[in-house]
Amino acid sequence: MNAPEMLDTKTQTQAHAQATGYIGKRMARTEDARLLTGRGVYVDDVGLPGALQVAFHRSPIARGRIKSIDLSAARQLPGVYAVLTADDLARFKVDMLSFFLAAPVVPVPVLATDCVRHVGDPVAMVVAQDRYIAEDAAGLIVVDYDEEDPVVTLADAKTGPLVHPDADSNVAAATGNEDPDEDLEAQLANAPHLVTVEFEHQRISQSPMETRGVVSAPQGSGELTIYLSCQGPQLNARWFAQAFGMPQTAIRVISKDVGGSFGLKGQPWREEVAVVLASMLLKRPLKWIEDRLENLTSANQAREQEIKLRVAFDADGKLVASHADYGLNNGAYPQGADSNIAVMMFLWGAHKLPVFDFHARGWFTNTVGLAAYRGPWALESLAREVLLDRAARQIGLDPIEIRRRNLIRREDQPCTTPMGLELTDISPAECLDVLLEKIDVAAFRAEQAEARKQGRYLGLGFATYIEPTAGSTGIGVLMSESAHIRIEPTGKVSAVVSTHSQGHGTQTTMGQVIAERLGVRFEDVAVYEDDSSRGGYGSGAYGSRQAVAGGGACIRAADLLVDKIKRMAAYLLKVEPDAIVLGDSMIRALGDKEQVVSFRDLADIAYGEPERLPEGMDAGLEIQYRYRPPPITMTSAAHACIVEVDADTGFVKIKRWVTSEDCGNMINPAVVEGQIAGGLAQAIGEVLMEEVSFDARGNPTAVTYKDYMLPTIFDVPEFEYHHEASRPSIAEGGFRGVGEGGCIIGPPTLVNAIADALAPFGELKLEFPLTPSRLLAHIEGRREIAERAAPAESAPLPVPESARAASESASTVENLPAPSAPQEPVAASTAVQVDGEWKFVLSTPMGPQAFTGRMSTDGDQLTGVFIMNMDEAHFTGTVSGNQLKWDLKVTKPMKITLKYEAQIDGDKLTGKCKMGIFGSAKLVGERVST
Amino acid sequence: MSTHQIQLTINGRPQHATVEGRLTLSDFLRGDAGCTGVHVGCEHGVCGACTVMVDGNAVRSCLMLAVQADGCTVTTVEGLAAEDGTLHPVQQALRDEHGLQCGFCTPGIVMTLASLTAADNKAAPDKVMNALSGHICRCTGYQGIRRAARKLAGGAA
Ligand code: FES
Ligand code: FES
Repeated sequence: MNAPEMLDTKTQTQAHAQATGYIGKRMARTEDARLLTGRGVYVDDVGLPGALQVAFHRSPIARGRIKSIDLSAARQLPGVYAVLTADDLARFKVDMLSFFLAAPVVPVPVLATDCVRHVGDPVAMVVAQDRYIAEDAAGLIVVDYDEEDPVVTLADAKTGPLVHPDADSNVAAATGNEDPDEDLEAQLANAPHLVTVEFEHQRISQSPMETRGVVSAPQGSGELTIYLSCQGPQLNARWFAQAFGMPQTAIRVISKDVGGSFGLKGQPWREEVAVVLASMLLKRPLKWIEDRLENLTSANQAREQEIKLRVAFDADGKLVASHADYGLNNGAYPQGADSNIAVMMFLWGAHKLPVFDFHARGWFTNTVGLAAYRGPWALESLAREVLLDRAARQIGLDPIEIRRRNLIRREDQPCTTPMGLELTDISPAECLDVLLEKIDVAAFRAEQAEARKQGRYLGLGFATYIEPTAGSTGIGVLMSESAHIRIEPTGKVSAVVSTHSQGHGTQTTMGQVIAERLGVRFEDVAVYEDDSSRGGYGSGAYGSRQAVAGGGACIRAADLLVDKIKRMAAYLLKVEPDAIVLGDSMIRALGDKEQVVSFRDLADIAYGEPERLPEGMDAGLEIQYRYRPPPITMTSAAHACIVEVDADTGFVKIKRWVTSEDCGNMINPAVVEGQIAGGLAQAIGEVLMEEVSFDARGNPTAVTYKDYMLPTIFDVPEFEYHHEASRPSIAEGGFRGVGEGGCIIGPPTLVNAIADALAPFGELKLEFPLTPSRLLAHIEGRREIAERAAPAESAPLPVPESARAASESASTVENLPAPSAPQEPVAASTAVQVDGEWKFVLSTPMGPQAFTGRMSTDGDQLTGVFIMNMDEAHFTGTVSGNQLKWDLKVTKPMKITLKYEAQIDGDKLTGKCKMGIFGSAKLVGERVST
Repeated sequence: MSTHQIQLTINGRPQHATVEGRLTLSDFLRGDAGCTGVHVGCEHGVCGACTVMVDGNAVRSCLMLAVQADGCTVTTVEGLAAEDGTLHPVQQALRDEHGLQCGFCTPGIVMTLASLTAADNKAAPDKVMNALSGHICRCTGYQGIRRAARKLAGGAA
């Protein structure tokens, strides 16, 4: 998409500044000048007078009680300033929060109190004059533990002891239907084809090259300056303010250059909080820079999951019904307890599937907690795309054909998915059309058949997906972004935007947008996004939102400023506003005699001689605009890759990787492609080599980059990008997000290619990562099958009988558990007091929500109202003994009827709320007054 | 703890210091010498972010002690661009090819490329690629790094 086309997509009344063609241009990045010369400022580059260094003493066991802690030797070491434990920090009241700024479902201590819950759990911290001494002292701390058997895996969590003894179970979060839907089960059982995939996905370390780090500088005034490696200074300042009960303006988070994050640094966590508290306690600036050992063992991680996906197809390979059973390891202290509703939301977000149901649970274990990682819900694409390929082989269809029969095309929209997702402009099928123009599938199949005759195994894999970007609904911290653009009194253009780069290059892309819309030279715009004390709130880099939400804010703010400049210049130069044209950092009045003024000329008057402005115009030349994009902006893509698997070594060589996506209008194609490539490299690592592993005692077994393998330049091929399927989105500027996509579509593309290559050896066993030794075991175990099978002439490949039987045996419908006995209502004669004021907490997928309410009864009729954030929701229902039932219709974040069932016991109320497709949430209440 | 007097040249300037025996060259360069462009990504010799040039050779400064650099000439990423700000050809090629995102791995990659592609002694492309396989970049998928390396290497790509 080129710039003029982009401008056409909006029908704004105000005239645009003369386009200078920056949007859509492959411009060199502003950031690179400093980063290439070693002049960036990462958190460890910050030095303050009197700063001391921190090292943590961490638990060597996964689970146990702390019997005693001996700090004496550590305290005596010369150069040690302080050694602190949870007791020392107890004087501060800290409410740890999730990324959504919700309270955690289990208490999260800053430092371990009476017990440890994972290897690496921070138990004590040493503050010393340098890091070497701090680590020496940390090594001198002696902790005596009563070790207990840990809960390590998802399987352990289901049967093992409680990770948090005060919780009801090891279920950290649950959504979906616990009880199988009989109609759906019947559809699955009776369909012509039932295809199942069931696998576990390994745990991944986000592994930004810069680890976590913080420098905390308390000031006498009670203010705090916190230098932080994070994903957005505004959100992090807000987090600290809310967690500490301080005004946000008193907390200044500075985050200049950040060496990658990928979800890890979205919010502060235990170590960062401990360092800030210790700095307040000791009244000294403190620095903690995580080392790589800590990063691989004690920084929160992601992706350890299991899924069983069952799908019924009709005789033509069209989707009939589907069910997913899903589990997610939350570790001991997740950054937000999660059963990952987004997996279910997007599993069938782009397909014509009539019926879907699921059951999803997040589980506590004695492992380090769950954090985000690029495309946290990516498992949906892996499970679906792998299953579609299996289905194609089982049904005897081409893998492309099965996708074509089921994908929703542009002309099928608007439509709504079974999960209630309203689709208006997704285009994975159209991306696939473009992709297939770039790959000669028939020629590849011929080459593949020829190669197989020589014992060489080539494979071609496809995948399509949609990605929700710049989500601005349902999650309070992600609603809008702000841009503040100022023509300074000096005449310089500066912008403070709530975006933030950990490599995203938003200083460049936001600068491109502003320069184009304001009609100034790119190099004349300075963009700042590194300091929470300038500009307004925004979440920074989260959910692939910056181009859409930040770019939209920049456009709106720039357009408003252009409008003011034109009115002002027209008045001063005595022409009509339409005659004013901005371009090349100058303001021109067209007419008989062209007049030219500079921004400096206008700024002099706007700030220095406001009496010369038109009547009613405010002094100054600055605008702040807060932009809320559409609720979701969808990005679509189709990828293909070709691999060769060496049957003697199990080594996978990626020979070609072609991408085709609809990313809307691009601000900077080099930045877009950089995001896709980075995500794909992470996908390659995830499929082939990366794995955070634990032994049976919960000890991490990949603790250096020699064991936690990351892709190198030899593992990642050159990617081919095709943007032809792109259409502008309806968001301002027509942009779509691309931050996470590669990491979502990459894994299934590669797995499908490997499965295709190894099809002669039977269905690939889905064990991740697909290391050479695993692939070799698969090849060796099945070699005879391959030798018996005729060389393939064309796709799809016949699946050997034994493999087919195995895949079908996984398809048996399990026996339905007997429904649990209904709860006996208490006899009506027992007087139950319902009427009165109540306070409630509902445990939603977004975290606990607290609200108040009133209920009153009239016979067996119940009426009531919930009051939350100055909003009232009225309901009516029924009472029977101590049992209450009522329905509540809500419209946000989507239209849904919430079905409540509760029972009252004295002044307490317990129950649940069925939230349709979101499953049920626990409700607890307490009477405030009658 | 043993301490040692060392004397070395860093980016063309002489430097004298008293260092502990256990101080790594990377920590010395960052802390004492103020060369914060030297990045420490793993501290165990795998990621390559800490690469500097010692007497013209690319070296992982996390695996070398400061005391071992006594008498050496050290160049860090801060020492490559011209006084007037003109980028070194390696830096320029990486900029032109979008070879970086977060920039954390970048100084090490710049130093390895600079050590192998000096105007009078350009290594062949496969040698350059082999050397680059000792650098981890988590952001870029190596696309721009590879393009830049091809441009900079000697002989046909
Ligand atoms: S920090 Fe030296 S190789 Fe990683
Ligand atoms: S640019 Fe971020 S690690 Fe290479």
